[in-house]
Amino acid sequence: MTDFTVNAGNIALAGPSAPAKSRGYLATVLRRLRYDYVTLFFMALIAIIVLIAIFAPLLAQFDPNKTSMIYRLKPIGFKNFLLGTDELGRDMASRLMYGGRVSLVMGIAPVCVAGIIGGLLGVMAGFFGGRLNMMIMRTVDVFYAFPSVLLAVAISGVMGGGMANGLIALTLVFIPPLCRISETATTQVRNLDFVEAARASGASGLSIIVHHILRNVVAPVFIYASSLISVSILLAAGLSFLGLGVEPPTPDWGQMLSNLRQAIYVQPLVCALPGLAIFVTSLSFNFVSDGLRAAMDVKA
Amino acid sequence: MPNPAGSVSARQKFETVRPGDPRDRGGKAQPLLIVNGLKKFFPVRGGIFNRALGVVRAVDDVSFVILKGETLGVVGESGCGKSTLARLLMNLIPRTAGELIFDGDVVGEEGGISLRELRRNMQMVFQDSYSSLNPRLPVEDSIAYGPRVHGAKRPAARKVARELLEKVGLAPDLFGARYPHELSGGQKQRVNVARALALNPRLLILDEAVSALDKSVEAQVLNLLRYLKRHFNLTYMFISHDLGVVQYISDRVLVMYLGEIVEIGPTGEVCGAPKHPYTQALLASQLSMNPAERVEEAPLTGDPPSPHNPPSGCRFRTRCPYAQDVCAAKPPALGEWTDATSHLAACHMMDPASGHTLAGKAAPRPATNLGGTLASA
Repeated sequence: MTDFTVNAGNIALAGPSAPAKSRGYLATVLRRLRYDYVTLFFMALIAIIVLIAIFAPLLAQFDPNKTSMIYRLKPIGFKNFLLGTDELGRDMASRLMYGGRVSLVMGIAPVCVAGIIGGLLGVMAGFFGGRLNMMIMRTVDVFYAFPSVLLAVAISGVMGGGMANGLIALTLVFIPPLCRISETATTQVRNLDFVEAARASGASGLSIIVHHILRNVVAPVFIYASSLISVSILLAAGLSFLGLGVEPPTPDWGQMLSNLRQAIYVQPLVCALPGLAIFVTSLSFNFVSDGLRAAMDVKA
Repeated sequence: MPNPAGSVSARQKFETVRPGDPRDRGGKAQPLLIVNGLKKFFPVRGGIFNRALGVVRAVDDVSFVILKGETLGVVGESGCGKSTLARLLMNLIPRTAGELIFDGDVVGEEGGISLRELRRNMQMVFQDSYSSLNPRLPVEDSIAYGPRVHGAKRPAARKVARELLEKVGLAPDLFGARYPHELSGGQKQRVNVARALALNPRLLILDEAVSALDKSVEAQVLNLLRYLKRHFNLTYMFISHDLGVVQYISDRVLVMYLGEIVEIGPTGEVCGAPKHPYTQALLASQLSMNPAERVEEAPLTGDPPSPHNPPSGCRFRTRCPYAQDVCAAKPPALGEWTDATSHLAACHMMDPASGHTLAGKAAPRPATNLGGTLASA
């Protein structure tokens, strides 16, 4: 019978598409990303934006909150003001750097928190099904009934302005869609035979979720969440624009856009800068999200 | 024990029942699994208030035994309850009624064998080789998962997995780290078999395990299964809709129709001299290897009746060419099973006292090409 085993091995070896050595999932994703230059470019852009925001105190020439009556609304490149000044004579370059801190936090943090909360809720709803699914998903549906902008405005309107409340509002806005994605991914794999096989080998529900379900849910949730970051940045800017974001002296892209809009005919280029920052950042996150989606598709 | 299935099968059987298996408790005579009055009714719900409208009798009062070291083939057309039966035996779905006795221990009762312990001893290979492996898990980890669940340390579980990969004919260094989508259908099914064996079970339920493979790969996996059976001292319950495959691998055959057993007996007898008209029709539907022997007309027409509302009396009577009034009046009994040589059929024609006019007379021979298939098996 030994030659039989050898035989079978030979048959398996003869497979035409057999790669010499299989790589891990992460290695495969990274290898694919290496040749995706568009994604790499935008990743670099995000890295630069994030680094600038982190090291704003070192990079900024001026105090972002220091006003000046003389240098109000100066054009780009005026004297030492690299990107001009705003309506209160504050240095735009410094304010944009500091504003990036708030905008990036408002963009990334709510999505991360919502990804974890919504993801776990969705997995629970999808895996256990029945009543629990009904309860979780119907609650989510209620949130779904409102447009996300309206919901964010309503929540922070009720709770009042400020960064913390803005973060909570945005998190609440992003939980429903992420929960839905995670629930869908879970129900797709829940009834597959490998879950049944795991159960047949005596595994508990928790062990099946940790070892089998989460692996299949993390990728779609992650990909979708990455596409939500740009939405979150825009929403955060919108909240600030409406005066529901950070408190006024602290710079924030959305708020800067709001304050400068009256001066749009005086200094159009300077006024457009915060919008440009929002645009470039959210575009970068969108491209990276697209690239990740392509790279993380395991069966491609 | 006379085994009409032929000398190959008899020899195989003799070899498989190895004495002194430390896991053996009830002794050689004790069947590995006794299934007693097993029932599974699925509620049918509908209407505005989701009321229970009735039940689908997927498995209806099924009793049989699986002997130690044998291969019991289970055949029947789609929807007859084969897979439900497998899932019931694995306790993957709760049973409506009936009991399971594993090597003398009642399953899931006080003083009997626990569900966890049963699952160590009884494993299943699923039909769909693709969906039965986690796409995000290297196959080695998929195999090692079972031992991990039962408390093995990571290196020990990995060692078991690599040994089993070797046993199923896949080089561990080459295939262990691969993901399911990097394997062919046959390779995946080999991994599935290895995964099922990882807990060192005594009974393996193969639910259409080779049906999705193409013929040459199917033959390889069948041979692998025969080898593994000897090597690990296994008992098989082999579920398939393919009579040829069942004939090849089984010692005994169980024929199901609409959730009930219609015939059970040694492979050679059931396939050589089928008693039940349904079995006869199944055999007649098999295509011959000889192109000159054509099946001109379908041996059986129509679809099986709905298990939601099965016919009265004998469930096969709506499609049976020999159906008479008595068949509608009362359900035929399968009869008393005594040992491995028992050949039973739930048909009134088998019972002289039933009132069927053909009862007691020689069963009508099926129009089959049996000679060819048996010889090839």
